[in-house]
Amino acid sequence: MDIHEYQAKELLSRYSVHIPRGGLAYSPEQATYRASEIGGDNWVVKAQIHSGARGKAGGVRICKSDSEVSDAAEYMLGRKLVTHQTGPKGKLVSRLYIEETVDIRQELYLGIVLDRKSERVMIVASASGGMEIEEIAEKQPDSIIRAIVDPGAGMQEFQAREIAFGLGLENSLIGKAVDTLLGCYRVFRDFDAAMLEINPLVVTRDNNLIALDAKMSFDENALYRRPEISELRDKSQEDPRETFASDRGLSYVGLDGNIGCIINGAGLAMATMDMIKIAGGEPANFLDIGGGASPERVAKAFRAVLADKNIDTILVNIFAGINRCDWVAEGVIKAIREVGVHVPLVVRLAGTNVEEGRRILAESGEKVIVADTLAEAAEKSVEAMRAFAKRKKH
Amino acid sequence: MAVLLNRRTRVIVQGLTGKIGSFHAEDMKRYGTNVVGGVTPGKGGQVHHGIPVFNTVKGAVRETGAEASIVFVPPPFAADSIMEAAEAGVKLCVCITDGIPSQDMMRVKRYMRRFRYEDRMRLIGPNCAGVITPGQALMGIMPGHIYLPGRVGIVGRSGTLGYEAASQMKALGIGVSTSVGIGGDPINGSSFKDVLKLFEEDPDTDAVVMIGEIGGPQEAEAAEWAKHHMRKPLIAYIAGLSAPKGKRMGHAGAIISAFGESAQEKVEILREAGVTIVPTPAAFGPTVAGVLEQGKKAA
Repeated sequence: MDIHEYQAKELLSRYSVHIPRGGLAYSPEQATYRASEIGGDNWVVKAQIHSGARGKAGGVRICKSDSEVSDAAEYMLGRKLVTHQTGPKGKLVSRLYIEETVDIRQELYLGIVLDRKSERVMIVASASGGMEIEEIAEKQPDSIIRAIVDPGAGMQEFQAREIAFGLGLENSLIGKAVDTLLGCYRVFRDFDAAMLEINPLVVTRDNNLIALDAKMSFDENALYRRPEISELRDKSQEDPRETFASDRGLSYVGLDGNIGCIINGAGLAMATMDMIKIAGGEPANFLDIGGGASPERVAKAFRAVLADKNIDTILVNIFAGINRCDWVAEGVIKAIREVGVHVPLVVRLAGTNVEEGRRILAESGEKVIVADTLAEAAEKSVEAMRAFAKRKKH
Repeated sequence: MAVLLNRRTRVIVQGLTGKIGSFHAEDMKRYGTNVVGGVTPGKGGQVHHGIPVFNTVKGAVRETGAEASIVFVPPPFAADSIMEAAEAGVKLCVCITDGIPSQDMMRVKRYMRRFRYEDRMRLIGPNCAGVITPGQALMGIMPGHIYLPGRVGIVGRSGTLGYEAASQMKALGIGVSTSVGIGGDPINGSSFKDVLKLFEEDPDTDAVVMIGEIGGPQEAEAAEWAKHHMRKPLIAYIAGLSAPKGKRMGHAGAIISAFGESAQEKVEILREAGVTIVPTPAAFGPTVAGVLEQGKKAA
């Protein structure tokens, strides 16, 4: 789960990481009020969306007067910003963060991630801040400093010192850097973060170390014990299709194709989507209904998939283990009758009680295209999708 | 004896008296698994579906001589249960639980380093379908009837995609020595490489099918190991060809975040290591049959 920059900064500031003075605004009037609260005669207006690279998309603007702040706020609020991380639809700006400007002497990069190779938390730092880490890795791979934290002992001061000296910081800044690094690690640990990125972390002209930007995401499996983090969720930043599904306990990822997928198991779901692609189609979504596919759950899955207006066909592929095909078949029939399915429906059942499941589908009198194998399921869906899309055009 | 598990392996069930634990314990017994006990703190001394219940894993191991444990404990308590099993001297632990926080798993793996490598418990999972040695024993949640006993090992992250592979093989009369689900989490107990090593050393396994997916370094690590150490044929499929970067596909670990983590890149790496690639998820059966046929001709 991602959070906004201002939320991440608030968490970091509790752990002795320095941040610029700033305030949140929902309107141009609030934005100018925040600017006057902060004081001075230079401010940055920053659109709060769940994405990096906001500057290039027009989501960060330096302002030199009240009216410039107000204009910037007017321009950004209600606008959809498109960055390379948001997808073509972009993300809606409904909150702004107004900050004091900072005199920058040097920009650094600091990241904390879960390193899957060592299976531990890894600190990544570079003296080449401002660029994205992929870019740094490509252009200045030698500038990247890494440290791995022992989960039993936690991050040690010497590790923070090594990074600070490795970044080439002056002696007078080493203590501040150690506090910042340890603070960041503790935030990461204490709130079950999955990723923390401060880019840039800046050295100011008056010799301070300040987090100028901050990005954090959290381990969704740990949210049950981090209620404070759960409250930071901003649904306006999510794909509405995904929000709809996740509110109903379904694992759903929206994509750009037109064949809706309802599948049990993440691996089989990905494989089925691959098979659709190989057959010449494009999946509209990833959807794992999980184990125990009760008729209600199947109906919910149909609702989630049909909420996407681009759908031209639905493919249901269930390999029943603990599930039983007869229950799934009943769920499918129930969904057709209750939800109403206006597009072709291809169903492939396999595993426990498969004959019984197929019999239920056949005897229901509903229009269901039955497939026996994975390949057949994909081919029949693409065929049905093409026929339907053609009819729709006429 | 295939790998990890056979009909004699003495198994306990952690979380036996819960709904899911009860259901699968019975299913495992029906399949032939030697279930000797269960653990639910506070319910020690009871007998649940004919299985004696203990308060602690230590107690269960002491009384039953159990060497393996399967964990059905809910996510907030699962890491603790795994560490309890490790401390009690269990040799094999299969954790089915889905949704364990990453930091908990980090702690589990750190904790297990307390033990010398030779004494260390082997952890399979979490968030996996378990282990099955067809015709002998099941420690997991897979439907036993889709596996034919035989001589091909399966190791994969995903449950149902593993079923797909096994049933395509069964349709062609190809059986399985053992199938191991290593789970879809970013931090898991045994890696692909760990399980490939077991199959390579197993006299009852002739070839291995590896079912990977997007995200993480384990497929590449396995490819590197197999290139230098594996003599048996290795056949691999990677799911997630159509997955976009930065989107998590269901499994906590299935997200492309670094170079070498996309399906295409993994397939390239495996192919370069001499691994036979299953071109589509509908081709598990024919690809395995082809490799076995070639092996026969060569011999």
